[in-house]
Amino acid sequence: MPARITVSDLAAVYQMPGGDTLPALGPVSFHIEAGSFVCILGPSGCGKSTLIRLLAGLQRPSRGQAFLNDQSIIQPSRRVGLMFQDANLMPWRTVLDNLVLPLEVAGVPKPERLAAARALLPALGLADFEGAYPGELSGGMAQRVALGRVLIQKPDALLLDEPFGALDAMTRERISLDLLEMWERQRQTVLMVTHDIHEAVLLADRVLVFSRRPGRIAADIRVSLPRPRRLEDTYGAAFGQIAGQVRAAISQA
Amino acid sequence: MTVWMEEGKRYCAVLRVVSVLCTWDGVFLRTLFWLCLVKMPCCSAVRTTGFLIMQLNAFPKSLTRPLALPQVGRRPLRRLIRRLTPLLALALVLFGWQMVVLLEVYPAFIIPAPAAVLEKAVTVVGDGRLWLHASTTLAAVLSGLVVGVLAALVLGYAIAKSSLLDAVLSPLVVALQSTPVVAYAPLLIIWFGSGLTSKIVTGALIVFFPMLINTVVGIRGVPSDLRDLMRAMQATRWQTFIKLEVPAAMPVLLSGLKISATLAVIGAVVGEFVSANAGLGFLINLARSQYDTPLVIVAVLTLTVMARLLYGLASLVERRALAWQSRARRD
Repeated sequence: MPARITVSDLAAVYQMPGGDTLPALGPVSFHIEAGSFVCILGPSGCGKSTLIRLLAGLQRPSRGQAFLNDQSIIQPSRRVGLMFQDANLMPWRTVLDNLVLPLEVAGVPKPERLAAARALLPALGLADFEGAYPGELSGGMAQRVALGRVLIQKPDALLLDEPFGALDAMTRERISLDLLEMWERQRQTVLMVTHDIHEAVLLADRVLVFSRRPGRIAADIRVSLPRPRRLEDTYGAAFGQIAGQVRAAISQA
Repeated sequence: MTVWMEEGKRYCAVLRVVSVLCTWDGVFLRTLFWLCLVKMPCCSAVRTTGFLIMQLNAFPKSLTRPLALPQVGRRPLRRLIRRLTPLLALALVLFGWQMVVLLEVYPAFIIPAPAAVLEKAVTVVGDGRLWLHASTTLAAVLSGLVVGVLAALVLGYAIAKSSLLDAVLSPLVVALQSTPVVAYAPLLIIWFGSGLTSKIVTGALIVFFPMLINTVVGIRGVPSDLRDLMRAMQATRWQTFIKLEVPAAMPVLLSGLKISATLAVIGAVVGEFVSANAGLGFLINLARSQYDTPLVIVAVLTLTVMARLLYGLASLVERRALAWQSRARRD
C-alpha cells in the first residue's frame, strides 16, 4: 500500500561550533498523495538532503512534524526505502548478498530472500552479475543494485536523494526510465531529490522547487503529462513548456 | 692501545675480503667457488634453506612480485633467474660468511663457520633441545598473541564507541606504550613468576597497542553512510556489529594481526631474556654465557623462521578473508 506523506511546519536548524545556528530547512509544509511521484529541485545547500533524512527518521526536526500516513515519523521505518547519491553497497558482499540485506536484517528466511532477489535481477539488468562484487561494477550498475536493495523490501514510500547524481548522462537517462517503468508497475509514493530539470519533469507528477537556504517551497508545479511516459515525450511541446516553467521558478527562487 | 691495533687488523682483513670479492678475476672466481663448494660441506643445507625461504616468500606474493616487470615473466630464462634470486642472495651471504671464516678475520667463537652452525643445529634437533625450547617459546607467543589481540579487540571497540572511555583509557594506554616493554618486563616477572604466565603477559602487552589502535581506527572508519543504511533498515545493534562493523573493519584488523604476529615473538623473547628456565630466549642467554656462538645463531635463526611463519600465516588468513578485495581490484 503506497503511503501518504504529510509535512507540517517542518524545520531543521544546525548548531555550528561556536554557538551559532544555521537554519538549513524550512519551515516547510506540503502533502504528497499516496502513489504519486514528486521531485524536489533546488539550489545546492537548500536543505533537500536534510528533508530526506528527516523523512527517513534518521534525524530529528528542530520544529514541526512529518507523517507517514497518519503516523508521526520519529524513527526509521522499513516501510520507507532510502537511496543516496552513492550506491553505498557493502564491498565485501556480492551483488546478490547486497540485494538481500534488508530482508536479512528483517529476518526473512534465506530461501525466500534469495528468491526475491533473483526475481528482481532481470528487471534491474543485473541478471549475469549476481556473484559480482561492487568493486567490479560500473557506477550505473552499482546504483541499480542500490535501487534493487530499496525495492526488495517492497516499501510504501521511496525517498531518493539524488540517486543518479553521480552518473553520466546516458546511464542516468536509462536508469531513470527503468525506475519509471518499475514505479508504473508498483506505484509506491516517491519523493526524489534531483538537480536535473529534464529528469524531474520526465518522472514526476509534481515538482517542488526549493529556495535558497533555509529551503522553503518556492514553487509547486504540476506535471500533467500523460502516463506511461516515454523518452520521446521529452521532445514534445508540452514537456518543453513545463520544463521552462520549472526553469523560471528556479531562477526566481 | 692493543685494542686499537686489534681493531685495525680486523679492519684490514675485512678490506682484504672486499678487495678479493671486487677483483672479479677468473682465477679468483674459480678458487673462491672451489673453496666454497669443497670446504663448505653444507651445500645441501644451503639449497634446503633457500628452498624454505622461497616457500615462505610464496605466502605474500607482494614480497616477490613488485620487482617483477610484466614483460619479464614471459621469458623462461629470466623467470628462472628471478625465481633463483632469493636463493642467490642467500648463497651470497653464506659465501661471504664462509670467506670471513676462511680468512680467519675473527676467531671461531665470534664468527663460527656455517658448517659449525649447521652441525650444532643437527645436534640440538637430534637431542630434542631445540624442539623443547622452540615449543616453549611458541606456546608463549601464541598465547600472548591470542590474549593481546582479544583484549585489544574488546577494549578498542569500546574506545571507538564511547568518547568517555576514550578520554579515560587513551592516556593510560599511550603511557603504557611509551614505556619500553624491556623496562617493565622485570616487574612482570616479579608479579607473574618466571614461568609461562609472565611471557604470555609480555607478549600480550607488546601486541596490545598496535592491535588496539587498528581496532579503533577500523571501527571509527566504518562509513557513516553505511551506518545510516543499517539504521534505515532498523538493524539491531548486534546486526550492525556483525553485518557492518566487523566486515568493514576487517582489512584494518587483519593488518593489525599481521604486525602483532611478529611482535608477539619479540614479547615472548623479552620475557625469556629477563628470567626463564626454558625457551629460545633462555637458550640464547645460556649459549652466550658458554661462548657457544653456533647455538646462539641456531636459536636466533629459529626465532626468525618462527616469526616469519607466523607472519605468513597471518597473511594467508588475510588473503582468504579479503578475497573480495582482490576480486574488486582486478576490474
